Amino acid sequence: MSAREKILHAININKPELVNLPEVDMQQVTSYDDLLAKFTATLQSIGGQVLGLADINQIHSLINEELTNGHTVLNAINGITDDLNSGQDAITLEPVYKAFIKASIGVAENGAVWIKESQMINRLLPFICQHLIVVLEKDKIVSTMHHAYQQINSFEEGFGVFIAGPSKTADIEQSLVIGAHGARSMTVCILNKDF
Amino acid sequence: MKVKTHAEAAEKFIQDEPRTDWHDETLWFVREKRDRSMHGVNEWELLREWASKIKDHTLSNLDNYLIEFEEKAKANGIIVHWAADGAEHNQVIIDIIGENNIQKIVKSKSMLTEECRLNEFLHSKGIETVDTDLGERIVQFRDETPSHIVLPAIHLKKEDVSETFHQHLGTEQGNNDPQYLTEAARQHLRSKFIEADLAITGVNFAIAETGGFVVCTNEGNADMGAHAASIHIACMGFEKIIPKAEHLAVYLRLLARSATGQPITTYSSHYSKPRAGQQMHLVIVDNGRSKQLGRADFRNSLKCIRCAACFNTCPVYRRSGGHSYHTAVSGPIGSILTPNIDMKANADLPFASTLCGSCSNVCPVKIDIHEQLWKWRQLIVSEGYVSSGKKIGMKGMAFVLSKPALYRFSGKAARGFMRLFPFLFRSKKLNPWYRQREMPLALKQSFTEWYKQNKKA
Amino acid sequence: MKVGLFIPCYIDQFYPQVGIATLQLLEKFGCEVHFPMNQTCCGQPMANSGFAALSAGCDKNFVKNFSGFDYIVAPSGSCVLHIKEHLYDADEGTAGHIRTHIYELTEFLVDVLKVEKLEAAFPHKVGLHISCHGQRGLHLSSMSELMEPSFSKPEKLLGMVKGLEFSKPKRPDECCGFGGTFCVFEEAVSVKMGKDRVAEHAENEVDYITAADTSCLMHLEGILKRQGSSVKTIHISEILNSSIV
Repeated sequence: MSAREKILHAININKPELVNLPEVDMQQVTSYDDLLAKFTATLQSIGGQVLGLADINQIHSLINEELTNGHTVLNAINGITDDLNSGQDAITLEPVYKAFIKASIGVAENGAVWIKESQMINRLLPFICQHLIVVLEKDKIVSTMHHAYQQINSFEEGFGVFIAGPSKTADIEQSLVIGAHGARSMTVCILNKDF
Repeated sequence: MKVKTHAEAAEKFIQDEPRTDWHDETLWFVREKRDRSMHGVNEWELLREWASKIKDHTLSNLDNYLIEFEEKAKANGIIVHWAADGAEHNQVIIDIIGENNIQKIVKSKSMLTEECRLNEFLHSKGIETVDTDLGERIVQFRDETPSHIVLPAIHLKKEDVSETFHQHLGTEQGNNDPQYLTEAARQHLRSKFIEADLAITGVNFAIAETGGFVVCTNEGNADMGAHAASIHIACMGFEKIIPKAEHLAVYLRLLARSATGQPITTYSSHYSKPRAGQQMHLVIVDNGRSKQLGRADFRNSLKCIRCAACFNTCPVYRRSGGHSYHTAVSGPIGSILTPNIDMKANADLPFASTLCGSCSNVCPVKIDIHEQLWKWRQLIVSEGYVSSGKKIGMKGMAFVLSKPALYRFSGKAARGFMRLFPFLFRSKKLNPWYRQREMPLALKQSFTEWYKQNKKA
Repeated sequence: MKVGLFIPCYIDQFYPQVGIATLQLLEKFGCEVHFPMNQTCCGQPMANSGFAALSAGCDKNFVKNFSGFDYIVAPSGSCVLHIKEHLYDADEGTAGHIRTHIYELTEFLVDVLKVEKLEAAFPHKVGLHISCHGQRGLHLSSMSELMEPSFSKPEKLLGMVKGLEFSKPKRPDECCGFGGTFCVFEEAVSVKMGKDRVAEHAENEVDYITAADTSCLMHLEGILKRQGSSVKTIHISEILNSSIV
């Protein structure tokens, strides 16, 4: 008997009587009136930064500023380019100083944004860059993770990630240090015509 | 070398009382952060109920979900392996290493691989892995095991880390600044990620309906490894399965809040397919879980999502440290999981508790931990894993307590004895109570005697 | 109402004043209190040590002694919880009645007798220790780990005592470390837990530490006396039954 057969058989004879799945009642789930305010406050409390943008072209000014400073920048917002596709390896991407990526949705309760593979272009990019800039449309902010999963198909592409703020650790005597192995800082640019 | 019991190890731990206070306060602080976070979620108790019931349902249909999961995962290009125990798990991994001529390995946090002693096994074959979670890298340098499943180095002070990094990474001696030390680890491990051929990760949740899995980290180390290496192996206990992607909302809302008080970990990575040109493997492990599934009293310990909230609240864990439990997964949950695997070796663990019940209250999936601890005690005693002295004492007690006249006589005699021969009870050697506490007064009259004299008509 | 008074074995032997205070308190509220003379113990020390299988004789004796009462009341949360969860006997009718009609003292006063006023005075600073089994098992007060409305039956009663200055330790419901046979088999941890509890009350400069369970108090008292502390322990029944002398 293969391990697979042994294990499935053991589970089959040992499992309890079938019980039903519970109903997750969305009426009971928290809903925020001011989604932008909650998202902003939460993200800031976990070490992230929030900027307002009037339109997507303002991103180019931000990118140019970095280039002027001599920083290596990759912009995923415009899609696949020669410099950015799924083929770049870790050695090639290691020097990236700032990465600009568009997110699908933001979650107010925890300050997270959902980025799928087609948005980051290369899976390493959001993690290997020193600083991460994420663009998010204001009306794409939802209250909780329940609302988020209602809107995204999280396994539709090969990879996707919720990112909430910069990488961090408290493994040394519970002292919070921002910037572990992923990005040292994370800024969400909220795209809103009212800005 | 004989493994110390929890009581023996705890006694040693407590000898350094200031350090015990520091360990206790540090972990209590994490419990407080969890409480603050809980108060921000009005539907918290409902969330726990949903999380508990989803897992109850899943366990009752587990084989079907695993079959569905495997089918979907394979259709997405993931290579699925099954391992009945730790040895088979380790063999699967070493076979992949051999077939692909792997030289450099990075590993992010996986308590399953600790349980299977993967690092030890690979080391015995001359293969080194680099643990990339900061806390795990620290204990790896020190040749220690993690003392906490979420905060592996919680037993170490920054001075300890500084000394370790000075030795292994050449950092400034005496520089204890956590920022400085973390930066050193970042630089050191960054090159490891970039050079790695193989990344081994754990699995927080495996989703039956999609064949995908989720890995949660704050540091980003799992992703740095998995997206850089040409081979990714994800290891999971089979109980990590949940039915649908939408259920992730329930667990991701509970996990980090219960573990550290954060609303969510920095990264919640959803893996569905290998990237182009990459091999992605999944190892599904039993290692005693199917046996636990068959134990009606203990099966819902398999609902555990490894948040360690029970560790942080446990007054005994905080004052004895994870290493006192002599198992990979320690704390209250370890004490109800590990006797299933080896009842003799872990017979002491269910007794390392006052049954206060705090653990059951903080458990996000409502495992009745303290009740299972009680039930394990009954099983351990009935299987004979208890000292004969204790057995004889208890039999004596049961006899006396079932005979009213004998009970009253024994009580009076004991009190008389205590009054006549106080020195016998004041022996720190013979009377463990007396080591650090005064005895209660041995009064002349019991309540029953008073009642007889004053009240009985 | 006919009340059977259950006095736990260690209270019977070492703290009879707790039994006396409980009896007097119940009589003050008009209960017809009977003390079955042949009671011994609830069996908890054996059961918690893994020897529940030996408790049949003890259980039988308990059922025999406590049949025929409207209520059974005991000044001990842990003993009452044990009976509620683990009392079984061939005479399931009586055992079942006992399990559903047994109360710890403070919950009996608040929930059954619905006491709103006490003719009691205790002009001292008192720290309340919340005993685990009473709180988490019998729900005598709300638990810090849960999202639930705040309430406390012991605190409500202490609030009715004239002159009493009430205080709570920083960690409101951490275990004292007694834990039954744990107190000797894991002596180091047990005492450390007790010392930490005592230290938090000492920070509040209390005169007394009180609780609904004498087992906790016996353990804390042992530590306080060894430290030469002037802080005393007193069971809540004695406070509720006290008056200005």
